[in-house]
Amino acid sequence: MTLATGVGADFLRALLQGTPPGTVYALVALGFVLTYKTSGVFNLAFGAQAYVSAAMYYKAHTEWGWSIIPALVLSVFVLAPAIGLTLERLVFRYLRTGTSVAKLVVTIGISLALPNIFELITNFKGVVGQTPAGIVPNGSGVFYDPFGVYPFSRDELTTIGVAVIAMLCLAALFRFTAIGLQMRAVVESPRMTELNGIRSDRVSAVSWALSSTFAGLAGVLIAPRFNTLAAPDFFNLVVVAIAAAILGRLVSLPRALAGGLGLGMVIALLGTFLPRWVDSNPWLRPFQENLTPAVPFVVLFGVLVLWPAIRRSREVSDPLSGVDPPISSLALATRSARSHLIGRVFTVGVLGTVATIVYFRADASWMFLVTQAVIMATIYLSVTMITGLAGQISLCQGTFAAIGGFGVYQLATLHGMSVLVAAPIAAVIAAAVGAVLSLPVLRLGGIWTAVATLAFAFFFDAVAIKFSWVGGGNTSLMQGTRVPRPVLGPWDFADDRAFLVLAVVVFIIVSIVVVQIRGGTIGRTLRAIRGSEVAAQSIGISPARARVVAFAVSAAIAALGGALLSIHQKNVNYGSNFSPVSSLFWLVLVVSLGARTIEGAALAGAAFSIFDPLILRGTIFGWILRSPKRVPGFFPISPKWRLILFGLGTLQFARHPEGAVEFWRGRTSRWLAARQQSAPPAPDEPTESIGVDGAVTS
Amino acid sequence: MTALLELRNVSAGYGAFRALFGVSVEVQPGEAVAILGANGVGKTTLARVATGLLAPTSGTVLVDGVDMSGTATYRFARAGVAHAPEGRSVFATLSVEDNLRLSFRQSKGRANTPAALAKAFELFPMLAARRHQIAGTLSGGQQRMLAMARVIIEEPKLLVADELSLGLAPIVVDEVYRSLRRLKESGSALLIVEQHVGHALALCDRAILLDRGTVSWSGPAREAAERVATHVFENDSGNDGDAAAAAG
Repeated sequence: MTLATGVGADFLRALLQGTPPGTVYALVALGFVLTYKTSGVFNLAFGAQAYVSAAMYYKAHTEWGWSIIPALVLSVFVLAPAIGLTLERLVFRYLRTGTSVAKLVVTIGISLALPNIFELITNFKGVVGQTPAGIVPNGSGVFYDPFGVYPFSRDELTTIGVAVIAMLCLAALFRFTAIGLQMRAVVESPRMTELNGIRSDRVSAVSWALSSTFAGLAGVLIAPRFNTLAAPDFFNLVVVAIAAAILGRLVSLPRALAGGLGLGMVIALLGTFLPRWVDSNPWLRPFQENLTPAVPFVVLFGVLVLWPAIRRSREVSDPLSGVDPPISSLALATRSARSHLIGRVFTVGVLGTVATIVYFRADASWMFLVTQAVIMATIYLSVTMITGLAGQISLCQGTFAAIGGFGVYQLATLHGMSVLVAAPIAAVIAAAVGAVLSLPVLRLGGIWTAVATLAFAFFFDAVAIKFSWVGGGNTSLMQGTRVPRPVLGPWDFADDRAFLVLAVVVFIIVSIVVVQIRGGTIGRTLRAIRGSEVAAQSIGISPARARVVAFAVSAAIAALGGALLSIHQKNVNYGSNFSPVSSLFWLVLVVSLGARTIEGAALAGAAFSIFDPLILRGTIFGWILRSPKRVPGFFPISPKWRLILFGLGTLQFARHPEGAVEFWRGRTSRWLAARQQSAPPAPDEPTESIGVDGAVTS
Repeated sequence: MTALLELRNVSAGYGAFRALFGVSVEVQPGEAVAILGANGVGKTTLARVATGLLAPTSGTVLVDGVDMSGTATYRFARAGVAHAPEGRSVFATLSVEDNLRLSFRQSKGRANTPAALAKAFELFPMLAARRHQIAGTLSGGQQRMLAMARVIIEEPKLLVADELSLGLAPIVVDEVYRSLRRLKESGSALLIVEQHVGHALALCDRAILLDRGTVSWSGPAREAAERVATHVFENDSGNDGDAAAAAG
């Protein structure tokens, strides 16, 4: 069959061309919906699960030379369900009654830890510059051209076939089988399901094995689309697929399939027709270059903001959650004034000693790392602000920091302003962007805020940095995004030691601001809203206003830190500093160490920059043993452990939303109090509504 | 004769907070027992322990003479103990039919599910008309009838019913109690936690009064009305603070 040339043929070609990528989006979207429907988890680790199976398949098929079938069985039908069962048994079983936000944070941690665990165990290095093989022989070399306008490769046809069959099988599973019904029941209330005589543990184990197998299958099928094999590609794909899944309200399989296909086709259509319109309308050119990669993120953001029914569709709480014991009260609340003071003095003493040693003794590389730690701690105070105080998960803090970095670059390098003036201006710009963004986003609440901010981060990453008034355009391509160090009166901050002092001063000032806000009206308002939004509104508090302020301040802090980081490195270094994935890692670090306290942010900064050289490389043991030669032989440990440890650190977020630091401090202060036999430790007060969700304590 | 359900010296609570202090309760086959008491004396906790939702911190729970303390909730259900919990007790995200199917598939087996469904819809025509409606969109009374339809068809050995009349219109409460009576006549034992004292005592053979986590009185239902009037309410009015503090 041949068609006349012209618009009609181009249209058809674009549709067909959009089908293979559309099917890939659809496949991931189906898996995403499957996980959400059967386990109630908004699983951002889906990409990591898919990656691990794809990597296993590559390892078995290409490196070990196994034939297709055994490699497929090992990677998809053995490894993937094993991962699913492990996750269910070790992680999600204990999170079933947690909030959806807590589960989301945990999946972010897993998405960072899982690929690294796999790579460590199998010594897999990732693949660059080579397209992984598909699951049919010679899949990328044989083509079929049914309509005479666009040839499909055998791999692409396989993916399309599997996606359609998978959709039908899953639909049948939910419609006709007992286990499908039981899985949906367990998601709503595991206890009520048990009251019907059904073993909910076993049902949810089946759910995880099934959805993990599907993730593995999707991973193996979509790997040939990349010319690399790396975990971030899979994560980006999941974000695109969320847009498709959300078109199906996260529960409809056919709509997720249609959403994925539609997304692929729309992108292909834009790629076909936009260039023609640009010839007659030159002002469309930046859109032509940037719109296509941004479509999924625009769709995701737009749907979330404009379609309120979506976020209400599944907000059903477990009626039997009252059976859970109440969560323990914060250490801050139970600590005696005396141990509080001792802790203060101790902290200040240790910090002062460290600062003195670093200032006088550290060499250039340690000076660099410590300064970076202080700056990162400043950025992390923005997470303290938005997550610790306002209780919202923002996944675009890296973007705000980037706004700070690019702001300084634009104002100082291209417009000749002093960086010391430029940095606060950049912070104000970020605050404005944050305030505008927060209006639609914070209204969503819960996981939807997190997803919308993630969409914004990816939008910025795909589109905004290419604009010359943001990322510098061609100038930055030629010269890089260089940023100068400032000179202020007698101090020349080109000296690293002087810059460290500046960074510490900024950190202290920002800390004071955060502490003031936390203890002031805004802080109390935010605590009231976290306790009960309805109750807060009924006494005349406007949740929107307090959250906008929190979000704007948080954006400003992040931007200030981002500006400092760029000045410190004398370059914005967007890719390595501020990419969307870095935002995820920041959140994971801060949440696992303590999102509510200044100390948590400071420790997270230290963990970001010093954990690896100090502990994983064994340096500190060299110092303790007074000779680098005596460092035990198993050092240096792989830097992957940093991602693994802190990624898994999020697991305790559901039980201890205050973070590791507060948790241990609470333990020690209660232990001290018990030892001193002075005031008995305050018992955990029963709250009126027992078993309220973990994230809402104050 | 072994008791169908026996709680021996059971204590239970939530985390550091304790709600029951050494409670002993027995339910014989076919018997209807009412648990009465003011707010926050541990009635709901008692119901949860009786159906395995909550493991006792000490003491034993026996079902048909078998020690079940601390075992999983689903084992209680398979042993014939059904629980109609306080508040919403249907799956809000599933349709009316799926709610029933989920339960019947487990208790009656695949082959008997269609017959059980048909019987439920025959007894409750209101549900038949709404069989494809999402249960969360039913009214409170309709949800209650759905929960009742489930237990009536299943005919459990023992139904533990927690505040079934809470928040329902009087006419619906009457219908709920008609269903309970039908269940009792078909041979099921009932353990009813209730604040509607009149309704509960009219149905039950025995009554147990709880006061701040302990059994303060137990005896035949016809004597209970008087006890309630003199004992519970006098006591309760003097101890409002305690009762509120023990909410759970």
